[in-house]
Amino acid sequence: MKNLLTALLIALAPSLLIAQAKLPSVTVQTLDGKKINTSTWSNNGKPIIVNFWATWCAPCKRELSAIADKYDNWQQETGVKLIAVSIDDARSMARVAPYVNGQDWDYDVVLDPNGDLKRALNVNNVPHTFLIDGKGAIVWQHNNYEPGDENELYQKVKELVGKK
Amino acid sequence: MRITPALKHGPILLSLLLNAPELAAQDGGQVHGNFSSDIQYYNEDSAIGAVVLPQKMGANAWANLIYTNGAFEAGGRFESYTPPLAGYPAGLPYSGSGVGFRYARYTMSDLEVTVGNFFEQFGQGMIFRSYEERYLGVDNAMDGIRVKYRPVPGLMLKGFVGQQRLNFANEAVKGPGTVRGFDAEISLSEFFDSTWTSANNLILGGSFVSKYQEDRDPLLELPENVGAYAVRANFTTPKWNLYAEYAYKINDPNNKNGFIYKDGQGLLLNATYSVKGFGLSLGAHSFDNMFYQSDRSAATPFDLNINFLPPLAKQHTYNLPATLYPYATQPNSEWAAQGELFYKWKKGTAIGGKYGTKIAVNASLAYSQDTTRLGAVDDTTARKGYRSEFFTPGDRRYFQDINVELRKKVSEHWELALTYLNVAYDIDIIQGKPGKSVIYTDMFILEGLHNFSDRTSLRFELQHLSTKQDQGNWATALAELTFSPHWFVAAMDQYNYIGSPELEAKGQEQLHYPIGSVGYIRGGNRFQMNYGRQRAGIFCVGGVCRQVPAANGLTLSITSTF
Repeated sequence: MKNLLTALLIALAPSLLIAQAKLPSVTVQTLDGKKINTSTWSNNGKPIIVNFWATWCAPCKRELSAIADKYDNWQQETGVKLIAVSIDDARSMARVAPYVNGQDWDYDVVLDPNGDLKRALNVNNVPHTFLIDGKGAIVWQHNNYEPGDENELYQKVKELVGKK
Repeated sequence: MRITPALKHGPILLSLLLNAPELAAQDGGQVHGNFSSDIQYYNEDSAIGAVVLPQKMGANAWANLIYTNGAFEAGGRFESYTPPLAGYPAGLPYSGSGVGFRYARYTMSDLEVTVGNFFEQFGQGMIFRSYEERYLGVDNAMDGIRVKYRPVPGLMLKGFVGQQRLNFANEAVKGPGTVRGFDAEISLSEFFDSTWTSANNLILGGSFVSKYQEDRDPLLELPENVGAYAVRANFTTPKWNLYAEYAYKINDPNNKNGFIYKDGQGLLLNATYSVKGFGLSLGAHSFDNMFYQSDRSAATPFDLNINFLPPLAKQHTYNLPATLYPYATQPNSEWAAQGELFYKWKKGTAIGGKYGTKIAVNASLAYSQDTTRLGAVDDTTARKGYRSEFFTPGDRRYFQDINVELRKKVSEHWELALTYLNVAYDIDIIQGKPGKSVIYTDMFILEGLHNFSDRTSLRFELQHLSTKQDQGNWATALAELTFSPHWFVAAMDQYNYIGSPELEAKGQEQLHYPIGSVGYIRGGNRFQMNYGRQRAGIFCVGGVCRQVPAANGLTLSITSTF
């Protein structure tokens, strides 16, 4: 196995130098069952926040609720868009739409029941947040949620659109 | 069964695969991945019956690497269990270090081809779902070939053939059976109208899955090929979502059903209605003889599952309800129903106050399926097992959970949540503990969150569980201090104070389970350390649960994404 790891490292070395993380192209579904590819995600050159969550994850729900209170302001000031990727599987998938509406959230919500996007972005556990710039490059990420983390995220969003 | 010779030459193959497109591509490819590890040191602690590994220490670790370059993608996962943590994994044991998952994939416009390992599911998974829950130790990854094709917008075809991962011994060990499947799904509004103007949509799907396993039984003539089909329909409007799926499996004698020659059936219904500030979900399902494993003599119910049958009950997030009495699906015989309501009183209303108030009400029920055992008129009749009334609850109640949660931000710096649960739990059936009586319990939970500043906050939980059965009463207190964006410290004590003279007379002892944690997070990296007592309990992710033994010691967890 040592050989394999060495080979991997050698193989990957040239790529690592030029790698710039882009949002991978993966199919997810909308709440009404339509399949969409992440390569179609755009926000007219404005940043996108991709947040992984689940209805069974308490810190995830705290994070999205905290952002929900400020989301109107964020959108007006920076044009940022938040896409909430639910990793709920067959057990709890059906709860996502009523839950999201019951919370009165305004996010774009998509389902990733097979974990395809979660794996493609190498998410270990939820919540996990990525910030994507206007060109589709991943410029920042954060695992976990602590109250106040949303302020750091928004600071990064403002830096991206040139507002301090 | 061993891994194919191809992987033995993995290093050369992989480096070729990874370097070849590198040479051709102008813009180069990307590499990214993740790492996670849980390491635990075990102390002796006979009072709680703590496990101690002979090695004193357990370590689980995983690293994924994915390389992408345009239409091409390849990846692998290194795994290490030296030895695995106590109680891990859910099914047959894992041991050693090596590569447990590797694949290559390319996507050419509407065609996607994957060779090697893959995860996939058809519909809700009633006849096929290959997936991984790493923290539970459930992984039934396929190893073979999968093709997905979208000939026209709105039509999706998928087919696969391969074997399933059973467990791990320096490499992935595969089960003896072969699994093949095909799925077709049509999304009508997209199929008939490429501009997709309709707000409503009807999606129809159908799938067929078959497993092959040689019959070596000296006495019984067993079906070597066991087929299953499923059909589904999903109608959606901006407010409504109606879903129905039916599955049928031919007779599949196996060690979970006592080798009876009976077919299996499943039906799953769900309806949701939601508008801003209001959500309602109603669901029901029934499973009859629906264990479907690619080894008819699989050692545990966690190994080699071809299908996925989720419990129809809320997955709780608070410690006591989540880990003491969670429900688990009974694939051989179950009828279950669930209803759930979410509502938000808007800010400025009488109940909503300045910041709004949220309520969630949930009720779930599970019964046996109504069946009649076929008498031993002759061996052939007895081997058919039983007759069942389709989609009809039987007379044994397995589970009931009625719960209400109120959540309110009371001021700029305070948020409170109050939860009540009433649970009836047939531990004999659900946890396979024969002779133990049904548990009736009430739980109250108060959660509070206080922000001292933009960066510093305190969260606490006070939980109480009362019951006259099993281990008696529990009280839990938790405090968590967070310093955004990097640090947190937490302390929790679970106190099993029993509160019942009858249980104490039986020798049950009062016990404390204190545990402390400290964590550091930076970007995609997270480090956490816990020290203290871990209560024996049930740990669930998604739809699956595993038993975790009591332990005392130090745990270090690291996760990293790059």
